[in-house]
Amino acid sequence: MFGFCADPDTLGNVAWMACYLTTGKHMAIYLSVGTVLLLLAITAPAALAFGFAGASAARSRILPLSWLGRGYIAVVRGVPDIAFFLFFVIALDQFFEWIRHEVKCPDWDQPIRQGNDFVVCAEAKLPLGNAAQWVHETYGFFLAVLTFAIVFGAFAANVLYGAMRAVPRAQMETAEAYGMSPRQCYWRILVPQMWVYALPGLSNLWMVLIKATPLLFLLGVEDIVYWARELGGAKTARFTDYPHGDWRMWYFLALLVFYLLFTRVSEIVLDRIMKRLTHGQATSGGEAQRKAA
Amino acid sequence: MSCLQTIADYGLRSIGIGERLLPREDFTLCQQFTLIGSGMIWNVYFGLIALLTGFFLATAVALGKASSNPLARKPSEWFIFVFRGSPLFIQFFFAYFAFLSLKSVSPIFDPFTSAWLGAAIVLFLNTAAYSGEIFYGALLSIPKGDTEAADAYGFSGLTKFRKITWPTMLRLAWPAYTNEAIFLFHATTLVYFSGFPAWRQKGDALYYANYFADKTFNPFVPYPILAGYFILVTLVIITVFGLVNRRLNRHLPQESRGRLKMRMNLIR
Repeated sequence: MFGFCADPDTLGNVAWMACYLTTGKHMAIYLSVGTVLLLLAITAPAALAFGFAGASAARSRILPLSWLGRGYIAVVRGVPDIAFFLFFVIALDQFFEWIRHEVKCPDWDQPIRQGNDFVVCAEAKLPLGNAAQWVHETYGFFLAVLTFAIVFGAFAANVLYGAMRAVPRAQMETAEAYGMSPRQCYWRILVPQMWVYALPGLSNLWMVLIKATPLLFLLGVEDIVYWARELGGAKTARFTDYPHGDWRMWYFLALLVFYLLFTRVSEIVLDRIMKRLTHGQATSGGEAQRKAA
Repeated sequence: MSCLQTIADYGLRSIGIGERLLPREDFTLCQQFTLIGSGMIWNVYFGLIALLTGFFLATAVALGKASSNPLARKPSEWFIFVFRGSPLFIQFFFAYFAFLSLKSVSPIFDPFTSAWLGAAIVLFLNTAAYSGEIFYGALLSIPKGDTEAADAYGFSGLTKFRKITWPTMLRLAWPAYTNEAIFLFHATTLVYFSGFPAWRQKGDALYYANYFADKTFNPFVPYPILAGYFILVTLVIITVFGLVNRRLNRHLPQESRGRLKMRMNLIR
């Protein structure tokens, strides 16, 4: 990276460290921080969308739809989360391959599960056997995002469902008295007002989501945990210009500090948003703000 | 091989008793039930140890955070912040590698690198931080009248704490603490995926479930079995904590007794 890095053996401590921390592999770990942020940026809205759909379904007047929504919330929330992560990655992969298999190879006559194997025709493989490396990585990441969205969607659905029921009944009655249709009541009265009740739950969820991102490692994505283990392990002078002992402890300490900072900053930002949202609401928080002003 | 034979062979496999080799092919449903159930021993062990020891530290931390003395308050606040603000998964990794480095300093640290002690310590500290925050919240919401009445009856110091403050704190915190307990048992599944080695394939329930899913390429059998076991554990926790909850609230009029509400939370 720097000009003076040509011969690391001759460098002093600070310069050595500067060179060491900017090797190509370290660039990979900094990039993987980007992967984590990307995951959060995609998952958070996706989970919110899943949650909104789930909550709307759960309070639907059509009974089967309501069962579907309630079932989704109950099942995903009742089971250990990590098991779900491990389960969904394989299950979704096999599900997609099976769909493609049914579409692309309709005249396949063997069973899909043969003993301990899951066999689909070559055209249905995901990603295709001859696809580039980045396609494999992107597909893995996509599966991870979908898994996160499904699991956290259930939690978000629960929060939003509670928030929808927390909107004062009088508000809805007034809307009905003004002759609004159920659809108008829902979109113009309920949805705009529910956010202030949902925010404490959602911000809690956001914190948990941040803290769940290291689980990407279990889903086979090359994330910060993967790179911390790779880079931290003892290196001898034969394989690298920067030999060092077992530094994995320090790498994970750095990750710990990174997550602490991240959650702390989120906490501060979420507090601000809460203040903003409470403004002018018919809640005790809003009342306190009105009195203070 | 009959199912009873399988249970005899693999029932205690996770603690090293019974057949050494794990089944390699022709997995039967019975084998999956038995091995995953055998792994639950570890989950229950970690959960119980952390819960029992963490309870006392949690009380101390909560009192520290509520104290007016900064010497007690600041360390408690930082303790809670560090353990609640970072992922448990990273805490496991960090602790494992920290113990590994300490091992080279002194052989005293040998047992710390194995899961039964090292992971138990991490879980103990983690649950102490989470329940400490719960207890702290309860401590702040003790009705003013209760402590005033205690003062009026001449309670003070340790007696007041033991007879009034502490039982009221527990009573108020209990529903949230129940959730924390459930949550803790779910978190025990992370242990063997975070550096701590499953020595001679002695792992927890998720370790075996993952083993079967990898070998059979069929996640639809082992994971639901695992889920079933965990739902069972959750029901047991709810029952036990419900009994304690009843005892804590026994002096209250029937209507106002706090009912345990199920509010499952998630990964930490």
